[in-house]
Amino acid sequence: MILARVSGRITSTIHHPAMDGRRLLLLDRIDARGQATGGYVIAVDTVGAGPGEMVLMLDEGNGARQILGGADLPVRSVVVGIVDDLPG
Amino acid sequence: MFLGQVIGRLVPAVVHDGLAGVPMLWVQPLDKHGQAAGRPFVCADGTRMAGPGEMIYWEASREAALTLDPSFVPVDHAVVGLVNDLQIDPPEKKP
Repeated sequence: MILARVSGRITSTIHHPAMDGRRLLLLDRIDARGQATGGYVIAVDTVGAGPGEMVLMLDEGNGARQILGGADLPVRSVVVGIVDDLPG
Repeated sequence: MFLGQVIGRLVPAVVHDGLAGVPMLWVQPLDKHGQAAGRPFVCADGTRMAGPGEMIYWEASREAALTLDPSFVPVDHAVVGLVNDLQIDPPEKKP
Protein backbone atom coordinates (compact mmCIF):
# COMPACT_ATOMS: atom_id res chain seq x y z
CA MET A 1 0.00 0.00 0.00
CA ILE A 2 1.12 3.57 -0.49
CA LEU A 3 0.51 6.84 1.29
CA ALA A 4 -1.33 9.57 -0.59
CA ARG A 5 -3.26 12.77 -0.06
CA VAL A 6 -6.67 13.49 -1.59
CA SER A 7 -6.20 16.40 -3.98
CA GLY A 8 -9.26 16.29 -6.20
CA ARG A 9 -12.24 14.48 -7.62
CA ILE A 10 -13.22 13.22 -11.05
CA THR A 11 -16.74 13.01 -12.43
CA SER A 12 -17.44 10.64 -15.27
CA THR A 13 -20.85 9.82 -16.75
CA ILE A 14 -19.62 7.64 -19.60
CA HIS A 15 -17.54 4.76 -18.30
CA HIS A 16 -17.15 1.01 -18.18
CA PRO A 17 -20.31 -0.50 -16.58
CA ALA A 18 -18.25 -1.79 -13.64
CA MET A 19 -17.52 1.83 -12.64
CA ASP A 20 -21.21 2.69 -12.06
CA GLY A 21 -21.64 4.47 -8.74
CA ARG A 22 -17.94 4.43 -7.87
CA ARG A 23 -16.41 7.57 -6.38
CA LEU A 24 -13.16 8.53 -8.08
CA LEU A 25 -10.53 10.51 -6.21
CA LEU A 26 -7.40 12.19 -7.47
CA LEU A 27 -4.55 11.37 -5.09
CA ASP A 28 -1.10 12.91 -4.76
CA ARG A 29 1.56 10.42 -3.74
CA ILE A 30 3.37 11.55 -0.58
CA ASP A 31 6.50 10.49 1.30
CA ALA A 32 6.88 9.52 4.97
CA ARG A 33 6.95 13.20 5.99
CA GLY A 34 3.71 13.95 4.17
CA GLN A 35 5.38 15.85 1.32
CA ALA A 36 4.07 15.34 -2.22
CA THR A 37 6.54 13.37 -4.33
CA GLY A 38 5.13 14.63 -7.64
CA GLY A 39 3.19 11.57 -8.79
CA TYR A 40 -0.56 11.18 -8.80
CA VAL A 41 -3.06 8.40 -9.25
CA ILE A 42 -6.83 8.08 -9.71
CA ALA A 43 -8.34 5.65 -7.22
CA VAL A 44 -11.78 4.32 -6.26
CA ASP A 45 -12.87 5.47 -2.80
CA THR A 46 -14.25 2.88 -0.35
CA VAL A 47 -13.86 4.79 2.92
CA GLY A 48 -15.37 8.23 2.25
CA ALA A 49 -12.12 10.19 2.22
CA GLY A 50 -12.44 13.97 2.02
CA PRO A 51 -10.34 16.74 0.46
CA GLY A 52 -6.82 17.05 1.89
CA GLU A 53 -7.00 13.83 3.91
CA MET A 54 -4.03 11.51 4.12
CA VAL A 55 -5.06 8.07 2.91
CA LEU A 56 -3.77 4.56 2.42
CA MET A 57 -4.10 3.29 -1.13
CA LEU A 58 -3.97 -0.30 -2.31
CA ASP A 59 -2.39 -0.61 -5.76
CA GLU A 60 -2.99 -4.23 -6.70
CA GLY A 61 -5.75 -5.66 -8.89
CA ASN A 62 -6.62 -8.86 -7.05
CA GLY A 63 -7.02 -7.09 -3.72
CA ALA A 64 -9.04 -4.33 -5.39
CA ARG A 65 -11.48 -6.85 -6.88
CA GLN A 66 -11.76 -8.59 -3.52
CA ILE A 67 -12.70 -5.33 -1.77
CA LEU A 68 -15.01 -3.92 -4.45
CA GLY A 69 -16.59 -7.25 -5.39
CA GLY A 70 -16.71 -8.48 -8.97
CA ALA A 71 -14.31 -10.76 -10.78
CA ASP A 72 -13.97 -8.56 -13.86
CA LEU A 73 -13.47 -5.13 -12.33
CA PRO A 74 -10.90 -3.12 -14.31
CA VAL A 75 -9.58 -1.36 -11.21
CA ARG A 76 -6.21 -1.57 -9.51
CA SER A 77 -6.10 1.48 -7.23
CA VAL A 78 -8.44 1.62 -4.23
CA VAL A 79 -8.45 3.91 -1.19
CA VAL A 80 -8.65 1.52 1.78
CA GLY A 81 -7.94 3.70 4.80
CA ILE A 82 -7.71 7.21 6.24
CA VAL A 83 -4.51 8.05 8.10
CA ASP A 84 -4.97 10.12 11.26
CA ASP A 85 -1.37 10.63 12.20
CA LEU A 86 2.08 9.75 10.99
CA PRO A 87 4.29 9.80 14.11
CA GLY A 88 8.03 10.15 13.82
CA MET B 1 -5.81 4.86 -13.12
CA PHE B 2 -4.37 7.94 -14.79
CA LEU B 3 -5.53 10.79 -16.99
CA GLY B 4 -5.05 10.90 -20.75
CA GLN B 5 -6.24 12.60 -23.87
CA VAL B 6 -7.32 10.77 -27.00
CA ILE B 7 -5.21 12.08 -29.88
CA GLY B 8 -6.25 9.67 -32.62
CA ARG B 9 -7.74 6.37 -33.73
CA LEU B 10 -6.07 3.23 -35.04
CA VAL B 11 -7.41 0.81 -37.60
CA PRO B 12 -5.67 -2.56 -37.16
CA ALA B 13 -5.79 -4.90 -40.18
CA VAL B 14 -5.26 -8.15 -38.33
CA VAL B 15 -5.88 -8.69 -34.61
CA HIS B 16 -5.63 -11.54 -32.14
CA ASP B 17 -8.77 -13.59 -31.39
CA GLY B 18 -11.07 -11.63 -29.09
CA LEU B 19 -9.90 -8.22 -30.24
CA ALA B 20 -12.01 -8.01 -33.40
CA GLY B 21 -14.09 -4.82 -33.34
CA VAL B 22 -12.41 -3.39 -30.28
CA PRO B 23 -11.68 0.32 -30.91
CA MET B 24 -8.01 1.21 -30.57
CA LEU B 25 -7.07 4.77 -29.64
CA TRP B 26 -3.88 6.80 -29.46
CA VAL B 27 -3.68 8.24 -25.97
CA GLN B 28 -1.39 10.96 -24.67
CA PRO B 29 -0.88 10.55 -20.90
CA LEU B 30 -1.52 13.72 -18.88
CA ASP B 31 -0.48 15.05 -15.51
CA LYS B 32 -3.18 16.07 -13.03
CA HIS B 33 -3.34 19.58 -14.50
CA GLY B 34 -4.15 18.21 -17.94
CA GLN B 35 -0.68 18.83 -19.39
CA ALA B 36 0.96 16.19 -21.59
CA ALA B 37 3.38 14.01 -19.60
CA GLY B 38 5.23 11.14 -21.24
CA ARG B 39 4.96 9.39 -24.57
CA PRO B 40 1.65 8.43 -26.23
CA PHE B 41 0.56 4.79 -26.39
CA VAL B 42 -2.27 2.72 -27.82
CA CYS B 43 -5.27 1.95 -25.62
CA ALA B 44 -8.16 -0.43 -26.23
CA ASP B 45 -11.41 1.48 -25.64
CA GLY B 46 -13.28 -0.25 -22.82
CA THR B 47 -16.11 2.29 -23.07
CA ARG B 48 -16.39 2.11 -26.88
CA MET B 49 -17.42 5.76 -26.77
CA ALA B 50 -14.18 7.73 -26.54
CA GLY B 51 -13.01 9.82 -29.48
CA PRO B 52 -10.21 12.19 -30.44
CA GLY B 53 -9.89 15.29 -28.23
CA GLU B 54 -11.60 13.78 -25.20
CA MET B 55 -10.06 13.55 -21.75
CA ILE B 56 -10.26 10.02 -20.43
CA TYR B 57 -8.89 7.91 -17.61
CA TRP B 58 -7.03 4.73 -18.40
CA GLU B 59 -5.76 1.66 -16.61
CA ALA B 60 -2.65 -0.34 -17.42
CA SER B 61 -1.56 -3.97 -16.94
CA ARG B 62 -3.87 -6.97 -16.51
CA GLU B 63 -6.78 -4.82 -15.32
CA ALA B 64 -6.89 -3.10 -18.73
CA ALA B 65 -7.95 -6.36 -20.41
CA LEU B 66 -10.79 -6.70 -17.88
CA THR B 67 -12.60 -3.79 -19.57
CA LEU B 68 -13.20 -6.05 -22.57
CA ASP B 69 -15.40 -9.06 -23.24
CA PRO B 70 -13.82 -11.60 -23.60
CA SER B 71 -11.34 -10.36 -21.02
CA PHE B 72 -8.61 -12.94 -21.66
CA VAL B 73 -7.10 -10.86 -24.44
CA PRO B 74 -3.62 -9.43 -25.07
CA VAL B 75 -4.28 -5.83 -24.01
CA ASP B 76 -2.16 -3.81 -21.59
CA HIS B 77 -3.73 -0.32 -21.70
CA ALA B 78 -7.42 0.49 -21.84
CA VAL B 79 -9.74 3.46 -21.51
CA VAL B 80 -12.02 2.93 -18.49
CA GLY B 81 -14.07 6.13 -18.64
CA LEU B 82 -14.47 9.63 -20.00
CA VAL B 83 -13.73 12.60 -17.75
CA ASN B 84 -16.60 15.11 -17.49
CA ASP B 85 -15.05 17.24 -14.82
CA LEU B 86 -11.73 17.32 -13.02
CA GLN B 87 -11.86 19.20 -9.75
CA ILE B 88 -8.48 19.94 -8.16
CA ASP B 89 -8.26 21.29 -4.61
CA PRO B 90 -6.10 24.39 -4.07
CA PRO B 91 -2.78 23.65 -2.34
CA GLU B 92 -3.02 23.59 1.45
CA LYS B 93 -1.77 26.72 3.19
CA LYS B 94 1.02 26.12 5.70
CA PRO B 95 0.06 27.40 9.20
